[in-house]
Amino acid sequence: MENLIGLLVAAPLLGAGLLLCGGPRLDRAGHWIGTLLAAVSFALGAVLFADLLGRGREDRTLTSHLFSWVPVGGFRADVGFQLDQLSMTFVLLITGVGTLIHLYSVGYMEHDERRRRFFGYLNLFLAAMLLLVLADNYLLLYVGWEGVGLASYLLIGFWQHKPSAATAAKKAFLVNRVGDMGLSIAIMLMFTTFGTFAFGPVLAHATDAGEGRLTAIGLMLLLAACGKSAQVPLQSWLGDAMEGPTPVSALIHAATMVTAGVYLITRSGAIFNAAPDAQTAVVTVGAVTLLFGAIVGCAKDDIKKALAGSTMSQIGYMILAAGLGPVGYVFAIMHLVTHGFFKAGLFLGAGSVMHGMNDEVDMRRYGGLRTYMPVTFVTFGLGYLAIIGFPGLSGFFSKDKIIEAAFAKGGTEGWILGGAALLGAAITAYYMTRVMVLTFFGEKRWQPDAEGNAPHPHESPRTMTIPMVVLAFGSVFAGGLFSINDTFLKWLEPVTGHAEGNSPVSALTVTIGTMVVLVLGVALAWAQYGRRPVPVTAPRGNLLTRAARRDLLQDDFNHVVLVRGGEHLTRSLVYADHTLVDGVVNGTAASVGGLSGRMRRLQNGYARSYAVSMFGGAAVLIAATLLMRAV
Amino acid sequence: MSHAAFVHSLWTMSADPPKKIPAPHIEYAQLSPTLIVLGAAVLGILVEAFLPRRLRHPVQLLLSAVGLVAGFAAVIALAAGGYGTGKAHIAAMGAVAVDGPALFLQGTILLVSLIAVFTFAERRLDPAAHGKRVDSFAAQGSAVPGGAAEQAAVKAGFTTTEVFPVALFAVAGMLVFPAANDLLTLFIALEVFSLPLYVLCGLARRQRLLSQESAVKYFLLGAFSSAFLLFGVALLYGYAGTVTYAGIADVVNGTVRTVDPALASTTGNDALLLIGGALVLMGLLFKVGAVPFHMWTPDVYQGAPTPVTGFMAAATKVAAFGALLRLLYVVLPGLRWDWRPVMWGVAIVTMLVGAIVAVTQTDVKRLLAYSSIAHAGFILAGVIAVSPDGVSSVLFYLAAYSFVTLGAFAVVTLVRDAGGEATHLSKWAGLGRRSPLVAAVFAVFLLAFAGIPLTSGFTGKFAVFKAAAQGGATPLVIVGVLSSAIAAFFYIRVIVLMFFSEPKADGPTVAVPSALTSTAIAVGVAVTLVLGVAPQYFLDLAGQAGVFVR
Repeated sequence: MENLIGLLVAAPLLGAGLLLCGGPRLDRAGHWIGTLLAAVSFALGAVLFADLLGRGREDRTLTSHLFSWVPVGGFRADVGFQLDQLSMTFVLLITGVGTLIHLYSVGYMEHDERRRRFFGYLNLFLAAMLLLVLADNYLLLYVGWEGVGLASYLLIGFWQHKPSAATAAKKAFLVNRVGDMGLSIAIMLMFTTFGTFAFGPVLAHATDAGEGRLTAIGLMLLLAACGKSAQVPLQSWLGDAMEGPTPVSALIHAATMVTAGVYLITRSGAIFNAAPDAQTAVVTVGAVTLLFGAIVGCAKDDIKKALAGSTMSQIGYMILAAGLGPVGYVFAIMHLVTHGFFKAGLFLGAGSVMHGMNDEVDMRRYGGLRTYMPVTFVTFGLGYLAIIGFPGLSGFFSKDKIIEAAFAKGGTEGWILGGAALLGAAITAYYMTRVMVLTFFGEKRWQPDAEGNAPHPHESPRTMTIPMVVLAFGSVFAGGLFSINDTFLKWLEPVTGHAEGNSPVSALTVTIGTMVVLVLGVALAWAQYGRRPVPVTAPRGNLLTRAARRDLLQDDFNHVVLVRGGEHLTRSLVYADHTLVDGVVNGTAASVGGLSGRMRRLQNGYARSYAVSMFGGAAVLIAATLLMRAV
Repeated sequence: MSHAAFVHSLWTMSADPPKKIPAPHIEYAQLSPTLIVLGAAVLGILVEAFLPRRLRHPVQLLLSAVGLVAGFAAVIALAAGGYGTGKAHIAAMGAVAVDGPALFLQGTILLVSLIAVFTFAERRLDPAAHGKRVDSFAAQGSAVPGGAAEQAAVKAGFTTTEVFPVALFAVAGMLVFPAANDLLTLFIALEVFSLPLYVLCGLARRQRLLSQESAVKYFLLGAFSSAFLLFGVALLYGYAGTVTYAGIADVVNGTVRTVDPALASTTGNDALLLIGGALVLMGLLFKVGAVPFHMWTPDVYQGAPTPVTGFMAAATKVAAFGALLRLLYVVLPGLRWDWRPVMWGVAIVTMLVGAIVAVTQTDVKRLLAYSSIAHAGFILAGVIAVSPDGVSSVLFYLAAYSFVTLGAFAVVTLVRDAGGEATHLSKWAGLGRRSPLVAAVFAVFLLAFAGIPLTSGFTGKFAVFKAAAQGGATPLVIVGVLSSAIAAFFYIRVIVLMFFSEPKADGPTVAVPSALTSTAIAVGVAVTLVLGVAPQYFLDLAGQAGVFVR
């Protein structure tokens, strides 16, 4: 059984190799090869899942050691896999949603000349992401971490002929580098602290290390998570990443890759549990981001950017939960899985709308699409209900638990975090209702584009709608399935541990509160967009709206602080380099050259001078030898 | 004493039964490498005397090659017979050592000389003179440059095929030099290989005046240094009453029993020992080109025919360092605390001067000359280590360095313009664009000189510096690394010049060599890369060969 773990990664890797190196002869079948290998990976995951279910609760960890990667003296890095309940959950999510999105892309990318390459990149992403969650040590995890970063870069910039896409890819890559530095520093700290980076020994001995060390490691891991999961302050790349093809946004920038930070924090739970300061930083980042993303999501007219804000916000919930420690780990992962379903579904729905609307993304030019695209409407609607936490649907269960856990943190902190989570739920209801209403209800607002082609909204082909339907099922039922009898809790608890919180407010109160803010949010959005005609050009709006449209000034902040600051820093460094470093270097070179020129003159070509030199040399040699004896 | 009595005494003296002079016991088999090469040289002279001109070139080439290969085979046979390790001993009545370092160095010299002979024989580079192919050597060495005799000789298509036997005589001297086990043999070997080299230096076909000037300078300064060496030998004899290495070492160590009464007043006089030792050292340092005895190097390297320069730079250095090692390790180890600081100074000055002065050179042959001075300094660092590692690292370095040097000078012979070889560096600009292969090969040699990893230069330099550092000479290693950094500048500068400059309109052409020079260059590159990438076997070999017999 253990051997299957390697195959799980190998299948999409094979696909990536075939599609990227295969050349044009694979153009016709490439997309199906990619989809098939993703499906093979999913099937292997399912077999392994069945195997794990057949074992006792405490016996559900499979390990597979492939080979010794870098054995150098005391340093030892292995390539080995570890499959436990946590990785299994991710494997099923990644391969399941991944396969569906491969299928969807067959339709979505039908007219793209470089479709084979696209599927190659998608396969590459799957392989890297699986490596990330299956690695049994941090160094191999880092390989996967960088691998998904690469795939993300390649896919965001897939339409590289658009300058905006190329820039967005570069931006994502650069911002992620900051986080990646955090991860590499964390790994180095681990090695110096524990002498290894394998999960087993590091996490088992976490409490032996000093708290200062653990806090440092925890903060570096958090930095890594912020980069990959688009959390404040490294959130700025996610909105621009929507330049990539929509299936990419659905798979990588909503369902899977951006949740890698949550995986990292949950996996390193033992470290965070022993470093309360780091945990405080984590919950702060989570709470700030969940509000930040939600506010940005309210102001965007671009459907994908609105959804991107929402993704940021929802991952904020997960990070918040993961920062709460054993009270929250399980719910972080549970929300991650349900979010994977409904957010992927929402993005696919958005893609389907764009597909029917000549790639128009401005929601102010949609309107009334429910009759033109019934399947998209229904599936998108179910995803919408799930994300706002409509009772009985997936989001209801997972988000509610997180809000409860936030209150259970206790003290002032608990009230602040719980309040933020509750407020976030209200804003979520508001902006998602806004998206829903602008797109599917109200007047038809679409217009001919610059070349006079009026869009003819139509339902998308089967390859696209089937994945949407499957994901809608997940959006509806996953939460209930996980929560009834605490199935998910019991499944994951052996890995992450679980503690019941000590909430100052009862679960029922929280649920009722959530329902109230939900209704308020929906009602407000309906009042603003459902009952009044929507202007095709956005009104100027108040200060907050304008700031939110500019992503709460994130780019302006980065520009002023980082870009300008960086420019000043580089300019002064260049100056120092020119004057000091080059001065020393050139001075040395010049003095060597000058010395050379002067010494060269001794070589005057006269044999007599040479003989004198030898004679003098001999005299010095003798004198020195005698002197040595004398002293 | 009456007159009659005096006559009687003379009578009785002569009537005494004469003392028997014992017949010297010579182990011919163990000396076979030298004897074979000498035999080939003598045969070469006969060839010159009796064969018609047109046959001489091929026959001489064949004879030299066979002689050197046979000599090398003899070295291998001796090494395989255990003479390098267990059976190492002193042969020829205490005159010649047959041991690991001697055999290793002799093998190196023979291989290097074989390759050098190939470059001697190259006849495709110069344009044919009057329909006859010519090599790098003067048509007639005795003809006055520019005179009528010379023109006649050129017109007749003469070539100086004597260079082959002359070179073989030099090789024979070089074979004895590192094996010499007494001071007189050392001196004779020195002269045996020096005199032919003086002659070879003066035989260039082009720029004959420069060539003759270099020969005269080399001869004058060489004679000067020989005088110092000889004086040192005399002083050491006065000190020890013997010229054998082991005998002197015994006196130095105070383990000697009997003292020749005639020398009783001087035996054991340390002033004689120190001064004599310093003078002998000086003679050897002259040959390796260490500062301040290096002044001849650039002039001679530049003036000599380039194949001779390559041969001299490679083989002489091997032989001279071998003799230096033996002198310091066998004769003077008891004086370690006296000569080591002095040699430290010499090594430091040699490295720095070689590297620094090379920076402003504009002629590729002079550049390589200063580079060889800097390398002499690096090798001295290993010599000073006074440990088996030091010996083996020097042996390895010499083997590695000699092939790089030979290859580099062989490349220099290829780049030509109307005046013969285009040695001015400005003419090498953009060579990489025109002749990428030749430029790339030269770049490999330069990188090896600079000690860049994956070339033999790196392995050798690393071994030498490691041995020096372990021997407690860390400051020396630091100076060595700094000098290497300076040296890297001018090596890389040539590479930059070749690959990143625009070629000049009237730039040189690269001659297409025959298989001879091509083989020489190919062997140089191959050895450079093999010793750089997979040096372990050869390091082990040098390690096994690192023990001197006493």
